[in-house]
Amino acid sequence: MNSLLIVEPGFQTTVQDLGRFGYAHLGVSASGAADALALRAANLLVGNSENAPALEMTLTGVTVRFERAAVIALTGSDFGAGSPLWKAVDVSAGALVRCGAALSGARGYLAVRGGIDAAMVLGSASVHLASGVGGRALKAGDVLRVGDGAVRRARSGALSSSLYEGPLRVTAGPQAAWFGQELFDSVYQVGEASNRMGIRLVGTAIPSPPGRMVTEGVALGAIQIPPDGQPIILFVEHQTTGGYPKPANVISADLCRVGQLRPRDTVRFEPVTLAKARELRRAQEEWIYSILSME
Amino acid sequence: MMRVMEKRPPGILNLHPAFTSVLVDLDPRRLTQEDVEVLIEERLARLEGLPPSEPRIIEIPVKYGGESGPDLIEVARITGLTPARVVERHAAAEYRVYFLGFSPGFPYLGGMPQELAVPRLATPRKRVPRGSVAIGGEQTGIYPLDSPGGWRIIGRTDVTLFDAAADPPALLRSGDSVRFVPQGEV
Repeated sequence: MNSLLIVEPGFQTTVQDLGRFGYAHLGVSASGAADALALRAANLLVGNSENAPALEMTLTGVTVRFERAAVIALTGSDFGAGSPLWKAVDVSAGALVRCGAALSGARGYLAVRGGIDAAMVLGSASVHLASGVGGRALKAGDVLRVGDGAVRRARSGALSSSLYEGPLRVTAGPQAAWFGQELFDSVYQVGEASNRMGIRLVGTAIPSPPGRMVTEGVALGAIQIPPDGQPIILFVEHQTTGGYPKPANVISADLCRVGQLRPRDTVRFEPVTLAKARELRRAQEEWIYSILSME
Repeated sequence: MMRVMEKRPPGILNLHPAFTSVLVDLDPRRLTQEDVEVLIEERLARLEGLPPSEPRIIEIPVKYGGESGPDLIEVARITGLTPARVVERHAAAEYRVYFLGFSPGFPYLGGMPQELAVPRLATPRKRVPRGSVAIGGEQTGIYPLDSPGGWRIIGRTDVTLFDAAADPPALLRSGDSVRFVPQGEV
């Protein structure tokens, strides 16, 4: 069985799959890849099921050594690894894969053919950093086993993507009627305190509406307005319930863009209908599954 | 609501029950909002006439005050009660678990005596130890895991509220009654 050694862990590298579903009523949010689209692409390129556990890197990448030859794919941001992105590549036994600082964006994925054989906790290998459910960030010296979960052949073609360009499209949130157009008229900057729980935006404060909230469930991508008026996009490790009003929700097709936001990036929001959101998601699904018709 | 969704249907990712609402998280590739409404109504109709779940009373042993409850004296000062009286009132009440939310295993409890209400800390602690029993505003709660927190800590329990390896992972469920049982001297 193959294994990989974490030589340098990078700023924050974790094992992620598509998330832990079915436990929000116990207070456990799904976690999972911050850029699920990139994780799915990496897995499909190497012939895994799209939900196979892989490495998620943040801002600075890992250096890993595979004990035996492996087939990997790097997707998401360019971490300067010196091999093509969005493409399955061969790695020889004992060779180092070195990922440096992200040249743009925030997150990169390293999937290996067969998947990472990580412990399943409540049905998922995803690490939820804030609660420790599913484990912790990787450290130098950690050894991960490579699984034998490949389900189809690896693809030799490369993928190209323009899905990351543009504003964040949003549908109306549960308290949309409490708010005006402020969210759409402003440009926000991504704050330093952003993480997998939430993207904290800095910019024109949105006045708190007079309505009184009762704590309710919150969804991935919900934009909440706390009393200081600075919006927070609730992200993959979000709390399951909250008491701040939510004027809008990032559409599922644009969550990959949220996963690539880094501090000081600028963010604009654009309202779309639910029907448009569904259409954009359908187009994105067609794009991701086009991998399966590649050579 | 959780009984409505026993055997989670394909395309329903998560349910987030709260005080007066349930958020249904669906996979837009499989289901529309309209599909989910139909599904819930069908299942609700099937449950009609079935007896409600057995009520449970869960006792939580708590060491109040001292190192376990560093804010007990301040809570007593704000409320104008003695520390012993705060403990007596807190432990005498029966609390209802409305739902679990916010973070893994965290119970939203109803039923705290009004006179124990105190404002949250101006600056939240970076780390509240697991098992801490605390008051924030008009609510009381138990921190299931080490986490940041702004509620005032009056005691601590050794009971495990959340263990991902256990089945079920959370000790409490919505509808349970909870009693705090003081341990040792305050």
